[in-house]
This record gives sequence, structure tokens and C-alpha cells, in this order.
Amino acid sequence: MKPLLDINDLTVYYKILRGYVKAVEGVNLQLRKGETLGLAGESGCGKTTMALSIMRLLPPNGRIVRGKIIFDGEDITTLPEDRVRKEIRWKKIAIVFQGAMNALNPVYSIGEQIIEAIRFHEPEVHKDEALERAKKLLELVGIDPSRVDNYPHEFSGGMRQRAMIAMALACNPKLLIADEPGTALDVIVQAQVLKLIVELQKKLNLSLILITHDLSIISETCEKAAIMYAGKLVEYGSVYKIFKEPLHPYTQGLIASFPDIYAPKAEIKSIEGQPPDLLNPPSGCRFHPRCQYAMDICRVKEPPYVEVEKEHFVACHLVKS
Amino acid sequence: MSNNIILSVRNLRKWFPVRLGFFQSLLKGKKLFVKAVDGINFDLKAGEILGLVGESGSGKTTTGRVVLRLIEPTTGKIIFKGKDITNLSQKDMRSLRRKMQIIFQDPYESLNPKMLIGDIIGEPLRIQRMGDPSEIEEKVLKILEEVDLVPPEEFFYRYPHELSGGQRQRVAVARAFVVEPEFVVADEPVSMLDVSIRASVLKIMLNLVKEKNVSFIYITHDLALARHICDRIAVMYLGKIMEKSSSDDLVKNPLHPYTEALLQAVPVPDPTAKRIKVVIKGEIPSPINPPSGCRFHTRCPKYLGDICREKEPQLVEVEKGHFVACHLYGEK
Repeated sequence: MKPLLDINDLTVYYKILRGYVKAVEGVNLQLRKGETLGLAGESGCGKTTMALSIMRLLPPNGRIVRGKIIFDGEDITTLPEDRVRKEIRWKKIAIVFQGAMNALNPVYSIGEQIIEAIRFHEPEVHKDEALERAKKLLELVGIDPSRVDNYPHEFSGGMRQRAMIAMALACNPKLLIADEPGTALDVIVQAQVLKLIVELQKKLNLSLILITHDLSIISETCEKAAIMYAGKLVEYGSVYKIFKEPLHPYTQGLIASFPDIYAPKAEIKSIEGQPPDLLNPPSGCRFHPRCQYAMDICRVKEPPYVEVEKEHFVACHLVKS
Repeated sequence: MSNNIILSVRNLRKWFPVRLGFFQSLLKGKKLFVKAVDGINFDLKAGEILGLVGESGSGKTTTGRVVLRLIEPTTGKIIFKGKDITNLSQKDMRSLRRKMQIIFQDPYESLNPKMLIGDIIGEPLRIQRMGDPSEIEEKVLKILEEVDLVPPEEFFYRYPHELSGGQRQRVAVARAFVVEPEFVVADEPVSMLDVSIRASVLKIMLNLVKEKNVSFIYITHDLALARHICDRIAVMYLGKIMEKSSSDDLVKNPLHPYTEALLQAVPVPDPTAKRIKVVIKGEIPSPINPPSGCRFHTRCPKYLGDICREKEPQLVEVEKGHFVACHLYGEK
């Protein structure tokens, strides 16, 4: 079966005064219909840049230098902006941004904002019909439809996040990207929002990319996990493989730095050093300065991204294909 | 027993007045308060790490600041090393501050950008008159080394903007520990940092706590982290302590329905574990008008009826060292 989303050698640079920030480099990633993928990594590893590239929402100084993003058989990177706006963005791929509850416009009611999203992409829809749809969407995300006329300040943080999800689903997208959907929320509210996203994904058979720095969230919500480090995809596999048999030293370190509440009391491990400056990423494997297993080859040669077993990819010299 | 208790808090309240407009205050007829901390009691033993855990708005940060008298308490008593410090003048407090320190959440805002790292760490020493300039410099260099900012001579002459988040937070740790305090409050010290760096900052901080036998209050919303760091945990909700016990006991045998709900909401990094479970509804209510009776009754999955709505449960010891404020355990 052909994947819904096929990212091929994606490379994105940001131009700044001092040169090019190599935010994403040579990423290959596939996502099937109805599949859930967790994209994890530290700040600055390129996870959000990936999302923005897929949405074609890169800021003016960001550019896709190389590679393809094939969505539903079409390469999004080469489509004219006009077509992306009319046919792809929101209609086929929608995004819930980080800190989305602050992304609502305070001077319009929730309903008006959802209606705007619907009618912008489907101008033929009549206002009344759009209102009905907005109410249905609110109901879908667990908000009483009678609150359609409320303003954002009348909603709590969790409700605003739900409203944003409703808005993302306004045009029945096939792919939903959620960028740190629970990060600014309290634990219980975060659990509510994540539960909602998973339920909706199943109900609507959405493909989902969940971007987060919190590996435990991925383990609870996704089927597949992709780990990024300094702009590179270092490991990809089923969540089971990633958590139980991680191959890349970075993945291992990242998992070890997450305390499991039910595990016996233990010291939390850390990865020494800091993520590199992406203006001048380290040579060879980008993780080598922090890697405890670094060998000579790691400093000079970039490890290939290979499939070690079915659907488990890793880029590390320690691993023989 | 009582002599190794370093800090006692009794019936501590902090109500922040709500500022109303002139006409609003006429119409309302009475003053409104945000009841951030509303009658809490706890003891901190020497060398102990106590975790204060709760959602935003539960009053954990306010508690941390009130016990240091950075905010004045409304009522109640704070007893530090057997001495009531609730009404101590600021002048008398100043000499005490040498013994009590705080580490703030945001290392980007808690360090003065115009000061050198060496001066930032040396400032409390100067204020407390703990040595002449050369002694102060020596102390600063020593603590820089202890928080792993090496070579210390180099970090001494840097500015905060030259450091990463993790390094800045280590400066904040160094500043707190340089005066050799006996009691430190850390308010979400690692929540702003990246996951891979968190552990190293925590390790440095906890080593200092152990080495110098410091009593420590660790404020966090991350129950998983608290369980691994703290000896005891107090769970707060809307300004009240709902449950208090050893951290192992709290996780293995939670008694209060709120603690259970919090534990359920913590994601577990294990794909074989049960996935997203039952989640309680709603969000934390406003602390201006907290619910009557038990404050958690509006969201409680084990709501018993009128008693929860009408009568406020007291924090009682149900098992040895395990306190809970819930009517479910009323009869015992």
C-alpha cells in the first residue's frame, strides 16, 4: 500500500545573518493512512520545522533545499502557493500549534472563528450551514455546542485547546499534525486533551503526527515513533521497538532520562553535553560529541540510515544492517 | 524528634485581595480574595526532601514563597529552627536569609543580565558580609566547580547570555548554595530545561543537598520526577494539602481520589503499560470562590454525597506517616 505521506530526503535550511541553520537534513519518513506517528526530540532538533514544511508554512527565511514531500501522490514542495492554500492546507492537512490556546483571536467568538475556517476553504458553504457544522465540531471535541457564541476568554485553557482541535478538523483533513498539544496544560487537562486526540483519530481514521519532547506521551498514544537529533532522523520504529529495544545511543539516553513513576526509585540519567549549534553541525554523526560509544568513524563519516529489521530504521555506525 | 524539625508551618494562609473597580466594590459590598494557600500544616525534617505537587493554581509556589517570607502570610505561623519567624522584621529576616534560599523556575529571568556570573553568585556573600573580596572570590570559584561549570575562572567572567539554559540554572543553584544554607526551596527548577539536560542539573542540585545536609522543598507539577527525588510528597489542591506521605507510599498506595487522578494522568514511558485511562473531568476551579466542603467534590469520581459538599475533611493520619483529607476515610 502506498503511504499517505512520503517524505524523501527532506532538507530545510534557515538563512540568518551568520549563515545557514541546517534545521532538517536528509529526513526520510513515511506515514500510512490511519497511522499515528510520534515525532520526538529536544528543542531545536527540527521537529517543528518538519511540521511547518509539511504545511508549507515555513517563515520567509526558511527554505526546502532538497527533497520531496509526497502527500496523496503529489509533491507538496513544488505546488504553487495558491493550490496549497486552496486544496491542501486545512482541507487535507491541518495542524494544532504549540500553545494553541493562545492562538485564538480574542475579539471573535469561537463560533465565528470556526466558521471562518470552514468558509475560507469551502466558500460555497452557507453561513447557517457552517454554524451547524461548527456546533457539531464543538460537540465532537466535548464542548457544549451552546457555547458557540462564547469568546476565548470565557473558555479555560483546556477548552481553548479543544476548540483549536475542532477548528483543525473543520474541513475533514486526512492528516492532523499536533505540535506539543499538551505542553502548556496541567497534567490532568493534558491527559484529557491527548485522550480526545486519540479518540478522534480512531473515530475519523485520521493519520496523526504528534510532535512532542515527552517520550512517555508518544508511548501512550502512538503506534510509530521517530526520534530526531540535531536535524537528523536517528531512529524510527514501532513504539514497542523504540522503547524496548532502542538501538541508537541517543534514543537510549533519551528514554533513560524519563522517570517512570512506577519504576523503583532510581537516579535519573542524563546525556552529557548539549545539543550542537546547527549553523555548524558536528562532522560525521551529529551525535558523536555526546555519544559514549563514539568511534573514529563517527567523527568523519555520516552513518547511513538503514533498515535493521522490518520497519525499524536507525542511523548509527554501531549497528550493522 | 521535634528538635530535628527545621521548619514547621501551622495553619498557614495567604489570601491575595482581588482588586475591584470602585463601582464593583460598591456593588459587591465585600472584599474578594484569591485563597492561594488556605490553612496548611506541615513539618520539614533536617536533611529531608519534601515535594509539593499540584496543578497550576494549587498554591504550591505561594507556599514556597510564604515560608521564606518573600510574601507575607495572611495568618498562621512559620517556625524555623524553633523560632517563630512569622512576624520578624525585614531587618532580622536578612540575617536569617543566609540560612534559607530559593531557586527559581526560569533561569532566563532570575539572573541579572548586566552582571558577571561571578558577581551574581558572589552577591549574596557580599550582602551577608561573608568574607572580604578575595575570600568571596575563592568561595565563588569553589561553588562554580561544584556545580560543574569548569573551568571556574572562565565562567566567573561570563555573562548570563553566554550560557545555555542548563548552565544558567546551575548558576542559580550555585547562588543558592554558596551561602551554605540549611533550607532551600526549589520552585520547578528544571521544568524550563530540555529533557536530556534536566537530569544533569538535578543530579548536581541533589548532590549538594545530600552533601551539605540541606533541608529541601521541591515544588513541581511533575509527579513522576517528584517520586524519584523526594522523601515525602504533599499533594496540594486549591490551597489545601489533600494527601501527605512518603513518596513510595503515595505512588503505590494513593488514598485521596485526587492523588489517584493525578497519578492516572501521568504518562508512562512504557508501550506495554495500559494506555490512556479514565481521566477525571473538568479543570481546577477558581480559588476566589473555592467549592464548599471538600474542594475536590466538584470533580471527584468517588463523591459520597452531602457530606463532601458540606463538611470540609480534615487532614488525618490514616496509616503511619500517611495523611489524607477525605471523607472516605472519615470513620477510622
